[in-house]
Amino acid sequence: MTFKTVVLGAVAALMTSTAAMAEEMKMAVTTSFANSGLADVLLPEIKEDTGIEVQLLIVGTGQALALGAAGDVDAVLVHSKAAEEKWLAAGNGTHRTEIMYNDFVFVGPQADPAEAGAAEAATGALQAIAGAEAPFVSRGDDSGTHKMELRLWKAADVTPEGDWYKAVGQGMGAALNTASGMNAYIMSDRASWLKFANKGDLGIVFEGDPVLFNQYAYLPVNPEKHPHVKTDLVNQLEAWLLSDEAAELINAYTIEGQQLFVYNAGE
Amino acid sequence: MTLTGVSVRRRGRSILGPLDASLNGGGLSILMGPNGAGKTTLLRALHGLERVSTGDIHWTDPKDAEGRNQGFVFQTPVLMRRSVLDCIAYPLQLDGVKRAEAREQARARANEVGLNVNLDQAVMFLSGGEKQKMALARALMRRPRILFLDEPCANLDGRSVKEIEEILLRIKDGGTRILMSTHDLGQARRLADSVLFLHAGKLVEQAIGDDFFRAPQTAEAKAYLKGEILL
Amino acid sequence: MWQAARLVATFDPDLVEITALSLRVSLGATVIASLIGLPLGAWLAVNRFPARRFVIAILNALMGLPPVVVGLMVYMLFSRSGPFGVLGLLFTPTAMVIAQVIIITPIIASVAHQAIRELWADYHDLLISLQATRLQRIKTLLWDGRRALMTASLAGFGRAIGEVGAIMIVGGNIDHATRVLTTAIALETGKGEFDMALALGFVLIGLAILVNLGLHFISRTERGARW
Repeated sequence: MTFKTVVLGAVAALMTSTAAMAEEMKMAVTTSFANSGLADVLLPEIKEDTGIEVQLLIVGTGQALALGAAGDVDAVLVHSKAAEEKWLAAGNGTHRTEIMYNDFVFVGPQADPAEAGAAEAATGALQAIAGAEAPFVSRGDDSGTHKMELRLWKAADVTPEGDWYKAVGQGMGAALNTASGMNAYIMSDRASWLKFANKGDLGIVFEGDPVLFNQYAYLPVNPEKHPHVKTDLVNQLEAWLLSDEAAELINAYTIEGQQLFVYNAGE
Repeated sequence: MTLTGVSVRRRGRSILGPLDASLNGGGLSILMGPNGAGKTTLLRALHGLERVSTGDIHWTDPKDAEGRNQGFVFQTPVLMRRSVLDCIAYPLQLDGVKRAEAREQARARANEVGLNVNLDQAVMFLSGGEKQKMALARALMRRPRILFLDEPCANLDGRSVKEIEEILLRIKDGGTRILMSTHDLGQARRLADSVLFLHAGKLVEQAIGDDFFRAPQTAEAKAYLKGEILL
Repeated sequence: MWQAARLVATFDPDLVEITALSLRVSLGATVIASLIGLPLGAWLAVNRFPARRFVIAILNALMGLPPVVVGLMVYMLFSRSGPFGVLGLLFTPTAMVIAQVIIITPIIASVAHQAIRELWADYHDLLISLQATRLQRIKTLLWDGRRALMTASLAGFGRAIGEVGAIMIVGGNIDHATRVLTTAIALETGKGEFDMALALGFVLIGLAILVNLGLHFISRTERGARW
């Protein structure tokens, strides 16, 4: 008796799970965007204005684009221009709309033993770290942040190799945890860093070089390839992202008094 | 029943037979013989628990051949993880009898074998004699025409042995054919209508009970009765 | 600790939601995996067939399957580009249940097989003597071995409720949709919010203990005074 009741109860509970039928769409976003906390501000507003419940899949840029290519999400919001253009060229999406940018910072021990803070440019900071063979944690996960880091090493004409260079193959938070534990240098987006709660002895050692700007773009998945995507909702969301209200909300978002994102859609 | 050339081999070794025998009429037959003589194997083969390697077992009445008309009591009672009553009722539940009805009959059977304990307790809490009575009651649930017992009184105290023997005699009087193995010469004397004496997997001697004990015909049986072949 | 206590004491709605989903997914997976694994384990214990050893070896090997691999396989199957994509099950609790069923069925079947094999050794002669059919044998063994089998199911549940790799991939950790305790813990850890992650961890442990106690309580009342 009791056994049967348990079984039936569990089966019934499972059945009810798939029923929810609000205006839902799925969007793959990068960890750095989700960690910034901006989503917690924007999503309720989007729901109020458009009635759309945007479900976020928080993954790395590589996985986000893969989910879009497979048709498992309706749109993608990422920050890796080269990968995005390649993705579009493969017919996975309809177009690319730039929305906003934030910037990357170099985080490291506050004493800055490699003297990266004294550099003129981001490349100079990296050269200083490599020259000192100071511990440096890399995401190493093929994410947008990781790709940006690799481009900067290339621009600095340094091949990051050796014991001091640790590729952890994890998300921003896990990589920051590692850097904090090892008292190492790391490149992070400003939002993830400011929101990060386990800072330890780390602080921002270098910032402000325009090459560190990080452009976010909105990419709808191609409905010709995946007829089931909710193009209506995707278009409504895009229209909202291009609205003045979105611009105000994004520009007004701060952590510890610092503005995180600069709205630049339509520029 | 008639056995012709029956043998049981396991892993290339012969443990029983080849063996010819004919068991007719009713009553209680005792299988005797030293350890390893093949008593248990023969009982199990007759009941179909052991595959016969060669030969043929022919039942005079085909009804006797049906397993469900046979009961088997093992030397070590098989204890199910159930209450005493549910253990006894189990064979009828296999037959699709409603649980309440099966339990009612089980209660009657328990009464028959003199199992006067709390029938709702777990069977593992019974004493040795009580466990064997439970097994007996369970074997009787389907009203078998033939009852096999493999040393049912080994490891039991004197009083339990006596009780079981009385029950067996009653069952026999009720018309059930009984085949039973035992080591206990006294028990064999008390119960046997006929005796099958096994030695080294062969049927050495078969006789009416009284005749066997009074005048054994073979050297092996004589030696065994004198206690010269150890158990 | 304080944070955990405060979250529980105030019935934080988000916490209640993800805890309920954790329970629903893991219990659902445990029930389904038990319905498959327990009879399978019993069947393997009772039947002798040529491939039996092989099947048992496969089961034992599957127990060590990394959940991430299971998650990837289920993702491939239920992705819009996969064979079952039209069902639209990816990133739903149903997909999470499917992944967990694959992960824990081998564990449940394997533990059940061990337990039933011992019981079968005890019962073998009796069941053959009484000419129980194959189905009756399995039913009897499952019923009389139910306490050991409950342990098997609880082992499966333990693995399911604490599992993160597979459900992260097939569930997506979507807030208010597929976020469960373990994926929330991973998320909080990623944010460096160790206190919160740990608090959720305590909730998870408490939940597992409650379910275990609850099941033992149910089985005790069911046994009555007999066992």
